[in-house]
Amino acid sequence: MNTFLRESWIVFNRQLRMNLRNPAWVIIGMLQPVLYLLLFGPLLEPVIAQLGGNKYTWFVPGMLVQLGIFGAFFAGFSLIGEWREGVIEAERVTPAHRSALLFGRLYRDLLQLFVQAVILVGLGLVMGMDATFGGIVVGVVLTLMLGGACAAASNALALTTKSEDVMAPVINVVMMPVLLLSGILLPMSFGAGWLERLSDFMPIRHVVDAVRAAFFGDFDGSMLWGVGWTVVLFGLAVWWGTSVFKKENA
Amino acid sequence: MIRARGLVQTFHSGQGKQKKEVHAVRGVDLDVAEGEVVGFLGPNGAGKTTTLRMLTTLLKPTAGTASVAGFDVATQAVDVRRSIGYCSQVGSTFSGAYAGDEVVDHGMLYGMSKKAAVAKGQELFDKLQLDGLWRRMPKNMSGGQKRRLDIAMALIHSPGLVFLDEPTTGLDPQARINLWQHIADLRAKEGATVFLTTHYLDEADALADRIVIIDQGTIVASDTADNLKAAVAGDLVDLEVTTDEQVAIARDKLGSISAEVEVEGHHVRGRVARAGKAVPGLLRDLEGSGVGLESIEVVRPTLDDVFLTLTGRSLRDAEAAAEAKDAPADEAAATTEGAPA
Repeated sequence: MNTFLRESWIVFNRQLRMNLRNPAWVIIGMLQPVLYLLLFGPLLEPVIAQLGGNKYTWFVPGMLVQLGIFGAFFAGFSLIGEWREGVIEAERVTPAHRSALLFGRLYRDLLQLFVQAVILVGLGLVMGMDATFGGIVVGVVLTLMLGGACAAASNALALTTKSEDVMAPVINVVMMPVLLLSGILLPMSFGAGWLERLSDFMPIRHVVDAVRAAFFGDFDGSMLWGVGWTVVLFGLAVWWGTSVFKKENA
Repeated sequence: MIRARGLVQTFHSGQGKQKKEVHAVRGVDLDVAEGEVVGFLGPNGAGKTTTLRMLTTLLKPTAGTASVAGFDVATQAVDVRRSIGYCSQVGSTFSGAYAGDEVVDHGMLYGMSKKAAVAKGQELFDKLQLDGLWRRMPKNMSGGQKRRLDIAMALIHSPGLVFLDEPTTGLDPQARINLWQHIADLRAKEGATVFLTTHYLDEADALADRIVIIDQGTIVASDTADNLKAAVAGDLVDLEVTTDEQVAIARDKLGSISAEVEVEGHHVRGRVARAGKAVPGLLRDLEGSGVGLESIEVVRPTLDDVFLTLTGRSLRDAEAAAEAKDAPADEAAATTEGAPA
């Protein structure tokens, strides 16, 4: 097996074992989007009626992206704990690729996100969501890539700050405009013109639009923007994460 | 095994007007031969950990060169990592993972098969008195057990050179002495070269073939403990004579083998290099001159005496001063470790 794949697989297995010792992680991570789906989804009926279409087909993609962003952005907190106990330094003194140390952790985050996404989509289907299988697959893949980007950025931030006290407010400051300007909860077209124009500059908004379009089976121009931004964000975050892992140790 | 020339590490700490350069290591030269156990002794903030981090490829030197196990730390870092074991002072295992899993995963990152890592891990657990703890989490282990587990992690891939960074810090006296035995066994049973940092004088004295003393980022001495003590301080010989008349004779006789002699009442004291060899002759001289001794005491100098002579302050004082400083060099290394890389 390729050395990089072997090393990242070892790190992934180690991380997965630690997560499986605390299986509450899936439930806790799922709680927020499921509550939104159950308690906020019904409120959308009159709003979505103006746009036409199934309210859950419209709302579940937003929840998926929210899951991808918020769940993954907290991945770095566990890395700080490992750093504090000397685990990161012990791994870095091995000949393993620095990028494998990051990717092993990303595989774990992506698996966790995938399980949560399947549960969320399944719940949406039970509640009446109407989406094609192909659209769901494309939407979940985009969500996983965005989640991977957020997890990589979170790990990079964790090793840069090395402090939960610093990291928590930084994540809040980043997340708030993302939540408000990406149209996760309500369509940006419902707001003032300037707000919609402003949201055009928010990359996540294009990802949300693309996932939503995929669920509706509309593989048009918005899909291209969303895929483009997802790839760019993933590439940038992985580059940042890998360079921090390398820089940290020379 | 280790050869370093002019190693320098400079950090930048603080921000804005508070920004300042911290010269953690200022041109260190080191040579460690295969099979040696070398104690790297110095107070907190002296530059021990920073030097060790450069030698283990964890930190890129600001200047200077070093080769470890025949590989350059800057250009052949992966080869260096394959050849060494490293036991950091903060530990190396996650408190919520099983000890055996941690050791096996670590071995696999060195390219070992799972089967080989399990076999070697169980052998090390047996040797390091960790038997029965394979499925125990480090958070449920004693301090001594955790440190022995860290040593098992460092030895899993059978390295020829092991770096131990303050291996017994925080342990109770009994656990320290127990760990000393295991460290001594690294060479005796594993055939490893050992480079250990410590700020404990007794530890360096007990474990190391050779002691390298570092202070404020600079090597101030390097030799065996006996040679350092003999060359720098010498043994203190304290003669107690029976009469006032004998004091002058004893002072003259002791003065012939000691540079400086003090007299206090019937006590005549002086430092003598290698007293074990010189004192029998001194006693014969005194007896021949009719000097009767009430008592004689030979006190071996400590490494603290050596440190005091070399730096003008005791190791304990230097330690206290380093702890009182806001940003000691080693601490700066820990908090800004990534910056220079």
